Amino acid sequence: MNIPYTVEERPDTGLANGKLGIWLFLASEVMLFGALFSTYIILRTGAEEWPHGELNVWLGAVNTVILISSSVTMVLAWASLKTHDFGKHRLYLLVTWLLAAIFLVNKYFEYSDHFGRGEGPWHSTFLAIYFTLTGLHGIHILGGMVVMGYFLGPGAKLWKTNPDQFTNRIEYTGLYWHFVDLVWIFLFPVLYLL
Amino acid sequence: MHSAPNIKKYLMIGAALLVFTVITVAANQLHFAVPLAITVALVIAITKGSMVASVFMHLSDERKWIYGSLLLTVVFFIVLMSVPMFTVMDTIGTPIHHAATAEHTGR
Repeated sequence: MNIPYTVEERPDTGLANGKLGIWLFLASEVMLFGALFSTYIILRTGAEEWPHGELNVWLGAVNTVILISSSVTMVLAWASLKTHDFGKHRLYLLVTWLLAAIFLVNKYFEYSDHFGRGEGPWHSTFLAIYFTLTGLHGIHILGGMVVMGYFLGPGAKLWKTNPDQFTNRIEYTGLYWHFVDLVWIFLFPVLYLL
Repeated sequence: MHSAPNIKKYLMIGAALLVFTVITVAANQLHFAVPLAITVALVIAITKGSMVASVFMHLSDERKWIYGSLLLTVVFFIVLMSVPMFTVMDTIGTPIHHAATAEHTGR
């Protein structure tokens, strides 16, 4: 049985189903992270004092550069498929995956440093919201890596049988990845700088 | 509904995002007063976020169904961000006439 509107656009929405689906998912993600940002504001405005300079700004800045670079390589991976250059697509997608892995390795070092000093989420309100926000974001990075890994591996076979559907799937993966980047763009100043 | 990929544009936006990141960190080194520091950091973050959404996520050239669903999201997001303000303004349970009541009952 063929699933309709995976490539062609629905007449009523003018969109392939997957496109509307990923945007609705991202809308729910906005609310999820929005609730946590709102919690951060409540905790911070209600606190008598708020720690400053507890996090390594340079490591956070390096991770920002890594995620922005991965967003560029992700959009280039999709653009390569649009120009039917599958080899370039795989290269860009692999670089994106590697950048995501480097981001998580940096995060591991940051977390290790905190736990090594006995500063887990229980230590302070700031660290509780820090670990909650960055932990949830890290899980999203991991999720993106699983999806990219699938398209670098068994999922790549679809390019031979249905290149348009494969291109759409990479576009949806990219939309998710850019959203993860977008969340970090706000997390970095809020947690590391302010 | 977006036009053909524009590689040069993607690279330029990527470079601009990196420059804005450097500006964010540099501004932090200047140790502004807290209200100004928050304003500067958030203005830069919103600018960067808009660039990612409009160019990388192609929101500058999308169908109305996408805009419609995002408009609804923005409305609820604003409500969510207003929750801290509601909690400050909330006076339910606060004994406003506590003093008057105490005087009336003689306590």
